[in-house]
Amino acid sequence: MKEEDRLEEKNPIEGLLRMDRIPHIWCPGCGIGTVVTSFADALKKTDLDLDKVAVVSGIGCTGRVAGYIKLDSFHTTHGRAIPYATGLKLASPGTKVVVFSGDGDLTGIGGNHFIHAARRNMDLVVICVNNFNYAMTGGQVASTTPKTANASTAPYGNFEGAFSLPYLADAAGATYVARWTALHLRRVSKSIEEALNRKGFSFIEVITPCVTLYARRNRLGSGLNLLKYYYDKSEIRHGADTRDLEITFQGKLTVGKFIERERETFLDAMNSHLSHVLGDDYQLYGRCFDD
Amino acid sequence: MKKLKTDPKGVLTGSHYLDGDYALAEGALAAGCRFFAGYPITPSTETAERFSERIPYVGGVFIQMEDELASIAALIGAVWGGQKVMTVTSGPGFSLMMENLGLACMQETPLVIANVQRGGPSTGLPTMTGQQDMMQAKYGSHGDYEIIALSPDSPQECFDLAIEAFNLSETYRVPTLIMTDECVGHMHEKVVIPEADKIEVVERKWYTGPKGEYLPYKLDDDGIPFLTKVGQGHRFHTTGLTRDERGYPDLNAERQKIVVTHLIEKIRGNADKIIKLEEDQIENADVVVVSYGITSRVAVRAVQQAREAGLKVGTMRLITVWPFPEKRIKELAPHVKAFVVPELNYGQIVREVERSAWGKTKVVSVPHCAGWVHDPADILQAIKEAAK
Amino acid sequence: MIYFGDKKPIKGDIHIDKNRCKGCGFCVEYCPRDVLELSEEFNAKGYHPPFIKDEDECCYCQLCESICPEYAIFVTIKKTKEEKGEKVENRP
Repeated sequence: MKEEDRLEEKNPIEGLLRMDRIPHIWCPGCGIGTVVTSFADALKKTDLDLDKVAVVSGIGCTGRVAGYIKLDSFHTTHGRAIPYATGLKLASPGTKVVVFSGDGDLTGIGGNHFIHAARRNMDLVVICVNNFNYAMTGGQVASTTPKTANASTAPYGNFEGAFSLPYLADAAGATYVARWTALHLRRVSKSIEEALNRKGFSFIEVITPCVTLYARRNRLGSGLNLLKYYYDKSEIRHGADTRDLEITFQGKLTVGKFIERERETFLDAMNSHLSHVLGDDYQLYGRCFDD
Repeated sequence: MKKLKTDPKGVLTGSHYLDGDYALAEGALAAGCRFFAGYPITPSTETAERFSERIPYVGGVFIQMEDELASIAALIGAVWGGQKVMTVTSGPGFSLMMENLGLACMQETPLVIANVQRGGPSTGLPTMTGQQDMMQAKYGSHGDYEIIALSPDSPQECFDLAIEAFNLSETYRVPTLIMTDECVGHMHEKVVIPEADKIEVVERKWYTGPKGEYLPYKLDDDGIPFLTKVGQGHRFHTTGLTRDERGYPDLNAERQKIVVTHLIEKIRGNADKIIKLEEDQIENADVVVVSYGITSRVAVRAVQQAREAGLKVGTMRLITVWPFPEKRIKELAPHVKAFVVPELNYGQIVREVERSAWGKTKVVSVPHCAGWVHDPADILQAIKEAAK
Repeated sequence: MIYFGDKKPIKGDIHIDKNRCKGCGFCVEYCPRDVLELSEEFNAKGYHPPFIKDEDECCYCQLCESICPEYAIFVTIKKTKEEKGEKVENRP
């Protein structure tokens, strides 16, 4: 086929994107678009009815994902994607709810919601794009910024400790925890697919390059340089102890699927407990709404 | 907790001895509310407790969230999940809810928040009454918006206005607040709950058009867009950003004008239909006492004494506080000597009365720093001086 | 060339939406067969999009499609000449 003729054909991802909003706002070399592709890939591979899949995002660069994905999608306030998704899930239990947001949104301002949703084992798939800083507002220090890294509000280097997100999620009770980098295209996709096909609070951290801010301030070069760093320094260790997953500045990145365990979800626990305690009088929740 | 005898729709028909907080919960259940997300805070917690007891028997969800920020966020999510939703809080929690009250206005999600007011600022007087959040209710979240706020003065009215609040919020796709106070919330009185069929409940304005063509913010003929819920195949988008009809961000001054005008005018333009007042002996009155909530019950004694002393006193009780009934105040202003406005704050709604009176008459504030209700003698004194 | 049965290596047709590209170079760097290269010319947005250097090398791994953050490149399976019903000489 001649190259010119090929423009007639559509990128297969287009069915899952709001093409009237593309090109997106992300910078050249930003990895969020890649994670979205992996997500779309996972959606195509699952047997889920895509009309019954919803995406909730908070605020920030990754917060814009909800606006580009052509599913029922919700762009909410800063940090509140998880409680918003909790309400959505509980009011409509037949919907698969995916929270797609950034590190600052989910574990900075929304950190409390994050640990409580994990504790309750709320049936959500949480995809956290971690670029180590608050990018939308100009590269400020975040709860995930590695020590000594430079940020616009840590101009002499960061001296605070950072969250290790898989450890946090594991400790709070998440039932599926994985970490990848944006370069692990197929593995990100595979993890998301696994999470979509299971019940419970599933957490997937994806480390992505922030070229314009994090990389520039820390003189780390372009997106390609960061991908090369991921390639050189990431080590796949499935089932690794989540206590050993700390990320240091440009240090080793331990990735893999760390946790997969079974635990009753909030709704299942509510139904089984109240059925047990109240007997036949209990109105089994979810029955009347899953039409 | 034994199962209460209710009719099949979960309505607790009959005469009951309930406090205002419980009556709010019963009213919400009668209006079809089946989702409650809340966080404990005195003096509103009883409503949450009542919900948690009642909801397993009527088929709904009660969830105690990690804070008020999460509670209201969960409510908005649950609206898009297709439910009628409510939460209840008090001063400090109400402050936390301000963030997403704005989101609820912007996304035009119908929900009901009851604020059982206590004394402030800050932690203030957790167990004592106040009416200090009246301006926060209208102006607490950033940006320009309009909400509806109702103020019940008795447990019976807590029940009635809970239903009314749901109906208004569904009709106008707007968050509706029930601004009650600790006195009414903890006051036990007889509450008569009618049969389920006799309760007028406004159902959601569902979108019924073709799949995939739903526009979340396309105005219908009545100026209110249709709602849908998740999972219907419309693959719609909604955001807290200034948005177009499709719900897509559209960040410019022209669109901002359209959106903000709509958010404000859908309430202001329908103010006559929304506003409910209770007036007594207002014709030929020299002085009109304007009050709401528990203060209106205290004012009754002062008005009675003033009338016994031969003064011509009328009363106006604001059942709807927001939108403020400025038209009615403006109408009355040239014909009365003064408005007297007692309230359990340092003077909030009195400013609205002053503004609406347009300098045509005197407006007297009877402030109170909250904690307890007015001494009727103070209100009487103000009436007497105003009548001079 | 002799194949086992009718199994042949799958080849790809690469589709590039040059104007959507932001020139990050991910596809060029990570193509396992070095099929792509960044062009000298600019697209409408002022970036250097990739061009197809040697399509015969493309093995339809779709890595460029997966890694592209702009949804600007994708690959379809190249049809064989029998499937297309045309002669090899017609190819560019």
